[in-house]
Amino acid sequence: MAQTTAETSPQAQSPAPAARQPFRLRDGGRVDRSRLVSFRFDERELTGHPGDTLASALLANGVHLVGRSFKYHRPRGIVSAGAEEPNALVQVGRDPRTEPNIRATQLELFDGLSVSSQNRWPNLEFDVGGVNNLLSRFLPAGFYYKTFMWPAAAWETYEKAIRQAAGLGVSPSKRDPDAYDKTFAHCDLLVVGAGPTGLSAALTAARAGARVILAEQDFLLGGDLLSDRSAAIDGRPALEWLAEAEAELRSLDNVRILTRTICFAAFDHNFFGLHERVSDHLPFAERGDGRPRHRLWKLRTRQAIFATGAIERPLVFRDNDRPGIMLASAARSYLNRWGVMAGSNAVVFTGNESGYATALDLHQAGVRVAAVVDLRAEAEGPLSEEAKAAGLRILAGHAVIGTEGDKRVKKVRVGRLGSDGASIWGGGEEIACDLLVNSAGWSPTVHLHCQAKGSLVWDEAHACFLPDKAMQKGQATVGAAAGAFGLASCLAGGEAAGRAAAEALGLAPRAPARRLEAEDRDFLPMRQLYCVPSDKPLGQGGKHFIDQQNDVTAADLLLALREGYRSIEHVKRYTTTGMGTDQGKLGNVNAIGVVAEHLKLPLPEVGVTTFRAPYTPVSFGAFAGRDVDALLDPVRTTPMHSWHERNGALFEDVGQWRRAWYYPKEGEDLRRAVSREVKATRDSLGILDATTLGKIEIVGPDAAELLNRVYTNAWSKLEVGRCRYGLMLKEDGMVMDDGVTSRLDETRFLMTTTTGNAASVLAHLEEWLQTEWPELKVYLTSVTEQFATMTLSGPNARRLLGELCDLDLSNEAFPHMSWQPGRVAGVPARIFRISFTGELSYEINVPAGQGLYVWQTLFRHGEKYGITPYGTEAMHVLRAEKGFIIVGQETDGSVTPLDLSMDWIVSKKKDFIGRRSLSRTDIQKPDRAQLVGLLTQDPALVLPEGGALVETMREETPVPMLGHVTSSYWSPNCGRSIALALVKGGRGRLGKTVICALDGGKTAPCTVVEPLFFDKEGERLRG
Amino acid sequence: MLLIDCPHCGPRAELEFSYGHEAHIERPKDPDALSDSDWAAYLFLRENPKGVILERWVHSHGCRRWFNVARDTVSYEILAVYPMGAEPPKLEQARYV
Repeated sequence: MAQTTAETSPQAQSPAPAARQPFRLRDGGRVDRSRLVSFRFDERELTGHPGDTLASALLANGVHLVGRSFKYHRPRGIVSAGAEEPNALVQVGRDPRTEPNIRATQLELFDGLSVSSQNRWPNLEFDVGGVNNLLSRFLPAGFYYKTFMWPAAAWETYEKAIRQAAGLGVSPSKRDPDAYDKTFAHCDLLVVGAGPTGLSAALTAARAGARVILAEQDFLLGGDLLSDRSAAIDGRPALEWLAEAEAELRSLDNVRILTRTICFAAFDHNFFGLHERVSDHLPFAERGDGRPRHRLWKLRTRQAIFATGAIERPLVFRDNDRPGIMLASAARSYLNRWGVMAGSNAVVFTGNESGYATALDLHQAGVRVAAVVDLRAEAEGPLSEEAKAAGLRILAGHAVIGTEGDKRVKKVRVGRLGSDGASIWGGGEEIACDLLVNSAGWSPTVHLHCQAKGSLVWDEAHACFLPDKAMQKGQATVGAAAGAFGLASCLAGGEAAGRAAAEALGLAPRAPARRLEAEDRDFLPMRQLYCVPSDKPLGQGGKHFIDQQNDVTAADLLLALREGYRSIEHVKRYTTTGMGTDQGKLGNVNAIGVVAEHLKLPLPEVGVTTFRAPYTPVSFGAFAGRDVDALLDPVRTTPMHSWHERNGALFEDVGQWRRAWYYPKEGEDLRRAVSREVKATRDSLGILDATTLGKIEIVGPDAAELLNRVYTNAWSKLEVGRCRYGLMLKEDGMVMDDGVTSRLDETRFLMTTTTGNAASVLAHLEEWLQTEWPELKVYLTSVTEQFATMTLSGPNARRLLGELCDLDLSNEAFPHMSWQPGRVAGVPARIFRISFTGELSYEINVPAGQGLYVWQTLFRHGEKYGITPYGTEAMHVLRAEKGFIIVGQETDGSVTPLDLSMDWIVSKKKDFIGRRSLSRTDIQKPDRAQLVGLLTQDPALVLPEGGALVETMREETPVPMLGHVTSSYWSPNCGRSIALALVKGGRGRLGKTVICALDGGKTAPCTVVEPLFFDKEGERLRG
Repeated sequence: MLLIDCPHCGPRAELEFSYGHEAHIERPKDPDALSDSDWAAYLFLRENPKGVILERWVHSHGCRRWFNVARDTVSYEILAVYPMGAEPPKLEQARYV
């Protein structure tokens, strides 16, 4: 089953603790060979060491085949050693803790880790989907767009099959059992990246006293120093400097080091998103204990330094995707940091000096280097010279023109490259190998700079984009991320940036005694080819992969261009290049290069696609943090909530409020319970918890004037002790809210709003007061939660209230639309005689803390009247019987008072918000949707709310819409169904028939009537 | 997320504020004097400059006070914060091609 057997391993003769890891060197690297870590990959039990990633451990065991590709199901291996990995994506853990698309190159090994490969069936070695590879000429770019367009209606059928075939991993089937956290943080300086540049910057600023946060995605500090066995700083091994730098940083109180933390997003004003993997590296038994799995850092800093390094760019050559083909720098990292040989017989393919660094290290470690294939006409440069001196076989002016090997590269074909870089001379030489490393150059990691809207400039010499101007203040990109590829430049650049940041913070950084000594080797000279030619035309006899994760080839890009796409953003979307979870970290510059060459444009004119957050995927859990379940959103309950619960109420959410919906008795469904509540209220006595209505106290000498300006009707003459209904519009003339406002004294009003609009009405009033009418002397205070409100409604309301308060409740002393202060059950109360049910009603406001007591007292005394609690549903029925609107149900932001036939409340004598809009021509049109009542011809049929209304039914579509049903109920008091509706020109249709479309093609004819169904004279209200 | 310097509470994160759109749009003194299209322009037409915009914010989850802000719509840099009713400060318009 293994691709490479122990017999072929040069380490086979040296059984050490790592005996089962045939490709592990005996020493070197940052792994602890004294301990074994067991893990499972698919069906195989393997071992690694602490310090390993899954990728390094797999390679130590000789495992290269780790997945199947997205579209063609081609066997794929490990390409990189970092965040840029396109192929080695695995499914980690078991349901429900399972997570797809985890990069093996960043997954820390731990005891008991269990991963499986993705996108293969039935298994990795034999994958049925591999047939797609054979059919690949029928699966070009834009295949889905072209194939599944017709007939349009069939898309729903296609979609199911396509979704089944798409995607790499599987989601958990149950909710995530882990805990996540979010936190805010503030600092003077954020340094992203703890390579030599970032460490140097952090040290400099921290020594000057800056509060520094240093974020590193890796679990070790050091960046590329960890992968470079020969690097030296001040004449000593660089790792010694690294240890000292880390120790110093850790000793400083003003420095916080966040490892395993990726800064995934740069937002405005130096606000950053960081994703910390807190416990993913621990064996499952050691997790928990209060620690979250991940933590989201929402960080604001005054200064930011992006020391994010650079990512090696792969060469695009024919069949460049086989397992065993990887970046030169990755092979070097595996060798030097993890002590792992990525193969035993290597070919190095390069267009610059970087490939030689790997060639030399491999050679020195005992890996056979079969050849160094160099695109450059001459192998020139310090490392090339070393390679020559070491006796390596160098094929300058050559290119790899093809590879072979199914589940592991077996050999490469090498041909002589024409001087134009576009042709190959001769049929080529075959060279056997089990490892092919390649390097086209380096791409600075400019993502944060670009997310923060910084601009880029093209560096032709290094063939890469460099950060140009930062858009936001206090941001600097330095080191390799800014095109300084040598170690000395990185150290100096970091030092300078740290100093500049400290100075910008008003600190006085000490001058260093001297500069740190280090080599300053670049990877130049280089020869850049975005697409390495082969001996056959592009797209024939093999594939030049640009984006391995999404299986996009150079031929796909050219097809998109032939089909007329020009903008790189369009080419990207059409071919999906750069749209995988790796976001094209490896492929994007190559894609731009291929497009530029084909269009014969300078590369910077083609430009880059937009850099968007996140840099690497962030778990949903981290964004949610602890804000789940009960903490997702606050739940507001009234002082009487416990009573509702004890008495079997079912609840509905109205905004954040939890309101009693209805109180079913044994065996009652919604309709029977609501009918009972409605009937009891009209026949004797009902009680509603109305606490949630918004209450705003409006105080000041200009309070009445404010009401004049925000309500459609007049308020100046409202006497103290009286109440008035008001309708509030937005300036566009549309109904925004309604409610009753009462004059408490000369300069004090109490406004009520609908439950859901309390906050927005207060904000609306504040906005006008503060921004347009600062001269008005008025204060606004929300008092919604200060009062418990209960509404007694029904013919016996006066009798019950009379028993519990000493006010004269007669019509003369206490008329409809007035209020009085008094005591109810001994508790100070404001009693409002207002009605939303059409019955004799009293709304009793008492201090919230005494609400439950008063409520219970009312029940004790109300038993003899059969006092019945009613919920929001019965309230809706009661008001609908009277044709009272509910803002947000009868209105939807496009309804004026005229549409509601509420002209009676619109003053002609004064200006108010929205008045001018009501005289606009469009608002005056007679065919606007107007509020009417509907009576179904079948009185038992209750229309669906939202039901579409039409004039006539006919075969051809579309049938012109007349409007829709806004409210619809069974009315026990009318003995039939009733409905309210918005109907085009509805007022002119009274007595006529409209048709409501029902499910299943059925229809319901209805008669248009006045929107008033019960007690049309309003006698009960005033009774 | 912007960092907005509330004149009453100091610099606070954007999520505490609500946006109030373009500033210095005065409600017409005599709405009836306006044609329908002029009224519609007052209601709906707003500037969308590439550069400095004068806009209103309210510290809705703080002091609930309104104030004006001058902000560059490209860099998002806040160039000035000034009270309601005050004249906008003299600012050099950022130039963008």
